[in-house]
Amino acid sequence: MTVTLTVNGADHALDVDPATPLLYVLRDDLELNGAKYGCGLGQCGACTVHIDGKPAFSCLTPVGAVAGRRIRTVEGLGSAGAPGLLQQAFETEQAAQCGYCIAGMIMRAQALLDRNPDPDEAQIRAHMQTNLCRCGTHMRILRAIRRAVALRKGTQSAQEVRR
Amino acid sequence: MSPALSSLSRRGFLAGGALVVSFALAPRAFAQLAGGGEGGAGPAVLAPDLKGSLKSTPWLDAWIRIDGDGRVTVFTGKVELGQGIRTALTQVAAEELDVPPATVTLVTADTERTPDEGLTAGSHSMQDSGTAIQNAAANVRMLLAAEAARGWGVPTEEVTTGGDGRLHAPDGRVLAYGEVAARLSLHMQAVPDAPLRKPSDYRTLGRELPRVDIPAKLTGGAAYLHDMRLPGMLHARVVRGPSAGTSLQAPDLDGVARMPGVVTVVRQGGFLAVVAERQWTAIQAMRHLQRAAYGRPASPPLPADGSGDAVAATLAALPARDIAIMDTSEPAGPAVRSVKARYTRPWISHGSIGPSCAIAHYVDGTMTVWTHSQGTFDVRRVVAELLGLPAERVHAIHAEGAGCYGQNGADDVAADAAVIARAVPGRPIRLQWMREQEFGWEPLGPGMMTELEAALGADNRIVSWRHAVWSNPHNNRPVGAGGVLAGNEADPPFPVPEGKPIPMPEGDGSRNSNPLYSFANTHVVYHFLKDMPARVSALRSLGAHLNVFSIESMLDELAAGAGIDPLAIRLDHMQDERARDVMQAATDRFGWSRRPKGDGRRGCGMAFARYKNLGAYCAVALEVEVDRETGRVLVRRAVAAVDCGQPANPDGVRNQIEGAMVQSLSWTGREAVRFAADRRASFDWSSYPILRFDDVPGSVEVVVMDRPGAPFLGTAEAGQGPTAAALANAIADATGVRLRDMPLSPERLKAAIGPV
Repeated sequence: MTVTLTVNGADHALDVDPATPLLYVLRDDLELNGAKYGCGLGQCGACTVHIDGKPAFSCLTPVGAVAGRRIRTVEGLGSAGAPGLLQQAFETEQAAQCGYCIAGMIMRAQALLDRNPDPDEAQIRAHMQTNLCRCGTHMRILRAIRRAVALRKGTQSAQEVRR
Repeated sequence: MSPALSSLSRRGFLAGGALVVSFALAPRAFAQLAGGGEGGAGPAVLAPDLKGSLKSTPWLDAWIRIDGDGRVTVFTGKVELGQGIRTALTQVAAEELDVPPATVTLVTADTERTPDEGLTAGSHSMQDSGTAIQNAAANVRMLLAAEAARGWGVPTEEVTTGGDGRLHAPDGRVLAYGEVAARLSLHMQAVPDAPLRKPSDYRTLGRELPRVDIPAKLTGGAAYLHDMRLPGMLHARVVRGPSAGTSLQAPDLDGVARMPGVVTVVRQGGFLAVVAERQWTAIQAMRHLQRAAYGRPASPPLPADGSGDAVAATLAALPARDIAIMDTSEPAGPAVRSVKARYTRPWISHGSIGPSCAIAHYVDGTMTVWTHSQGTFDVRRVVAELLGLPAERVHAIHAEGAGCYGQNGADDVAADAAVIARAVPGRPIRLQWMREQEFGWEPLGPGMMTELEAALGADNRIVSWRHAVWSNPHNNRPVGAGGVLAGNEADPPFPVPEGKPIPMPEGDGSRNSNPLYSFANTHVVYHFLKDMPARVSALRSLGAHLNVFSIESMLDELAAGAGIDPLAIRLDHMQDERARDVMQAATDRFGWSRRPKGDGRRGCGMAFARYKNLGAYCAVALEVEVDRETGRVLVRRAVAAVDCGQPANPDGVRNQIEGAMVQSLSWTGREAVRFAADRRASFDWSSYPILRFDDVPGSVEVVVMDRPGAPFLGTAEAGQGPTAAALANAIADATGVRLRDMPLSPERLKAAIGPV
């Protein structure tokens, strides 16, 4: 069956079982590396993408259910050569160790910033609660999100963000 | 699916089913060298006078190549695990060669290209590989200068470098490294005394260069083995029962063979896997096969679940061999106050966020395996023995995986993929374990127990110290086919090798059981447990997690009874200046002397260890707030100080220690693998919860000590033990309740506090 997906603004017609989780189609058919297989259960967030602007677990989302909806992956935010603002903030804070969770973290955080450009610390932590990191990079991830908020506001210095 | 593909699939299955390829029987006495890097036997020493891994690989061209255009390639047998070693080693090489770091390409473990440096484990990478590359680079720079001097007819010592990859004569003449290197052979042994650059001249070492691997990880670049896509690649899933030791009784092979898109089923002895064109098909086929009933032999029983008493009872019932670790006897005054206590740790999962993955490709009698194992060369040994191939017919290449924190499923999945690829020659096979397979089959971090008894004299000096630890060796790293699941499932099976202790000074379950402090009359004994009732192997820091927890908890128990400040009792018994310095630095930054006193709700704790008494020094101070209604502990502030010798990249060191602290708070405060009678009962993140954002500290700060030019000391495992003990000590300070059994969970704390 042909399913048409709109990913990062481009349409793709794919011959695929509509029950296939979106994750495998993104990774294996569209060759997008950002979303990761972590649990297949919606418990870790490594596979997080946006569907119509909202964060979603691509490992649980049948591809047939998202035909024609706007899908955005971390590749849609920027590239290594031209990173998006949140990606820049993660780079500046060196907010990764193994990094396997990080693309999901960025997409999760981006969804918050898209909805609320000035979240406070408690809002950030509550929002990020769904995503797991095992290396213990949480403090840097939080710092990177705060940095992105500040960069967007353009008012705070890097020093203030660090605190 | 097209009819053509369907018939191909049937043919594939018939071939796979009819021609059940048995494992070729390889010589069982396959070389058992390996395990190096964890502290066990490593690659053979050829040049004992050289430093780091130059001892086993003394030739300069094994480490460094300089092309005519000045591009530098550096080879290491260590691998990137997310710890930042790729960047740190690049900085070391750039510094000692005195070239811009951007001109250096680092090649990590590859059995056909790099030195065998054993495992990337035990916080050895900077000590082994960093030291080797530093000295090899100094040798190369010395040779380049001598060759340039010869050509110019000037004394060697007048030739200088300027950090730009060029050699400079006093009269202003310059030569690029590439031109000079073209006249030299680097196929020569290093000398032990090539002069190192002076720390005051450092351009690259000690600077906070951004990590080279991070940009791809933030943007969906090809960063992991999991992201590799080879032409013609097929997707496989291995099919097993729910957890280690179980087997499926009658999986429906015929039903799976009829599933569209299934290419073949590989069934060899007890090994079972499905191969499909698409990943989702392989998963569905695996699920179909897993509907079969499973069984597990009744013996040995799995560990008892639950309390510290249950952990202790499980361990106490195992046969033990006693190994003396430390015995000192000094005259000391009489004991006026003594404390005896038992501490336990349950079985802990590595909990990698990405389940293990491997790609294997069998072409013309040669097996290529891409692996994220910590032991790339061991993967070659394992696969060669498992498949009966000569070692030179197995090419193992490291590619990065998710963080492993010890031996997770990486080695097993590499062997699984190789078995499958052997049965499907010519097609690359990508195999990733499922989440529940990683939880169910990976070797766990072992359960452990200690018993300590210590006494203070009238002058508040410790007059006796006894420490007994019950543990297996943790380090059950595979060096042959018996060390991986596919080997155990072969017919006939390769037996699981016996656990062997890693001797002190590194130790294993005994690691850090020998206090660095000066206590009178110290007796440490290791009750070595050869076998465990669950499949176990190395988890970051091995026995140091519980041993440091025990020592540093006991110090606070003694101090509390005698009304001594926890920092004072430590400094009073510590002669090592660098140890004193990190304790002082951490507590100064924390504001220890002005800390809020424990008031039933808030409290502070500290702890210290030098990892293995050989690696980095680390002191940790925590402030906690306890919710007495629920027993929940919030770490408001965490401060660490670490001395790792010359830091290659201070931000990398901070990142490692921050991570170690948060991970240890999760292990120590939350985690325990659950067991049912016939299987592990932790199989996902709801049955094995770890710390989430709500529960991470309010702030974490790491002070990196400045030790210019001092030898590298491994950092990655320095923070786990001290953080664990600091948590227990802070909870005790806050509430008066001393928790000695991990996890120090809200439930246990609430039970101990009692009704509010």
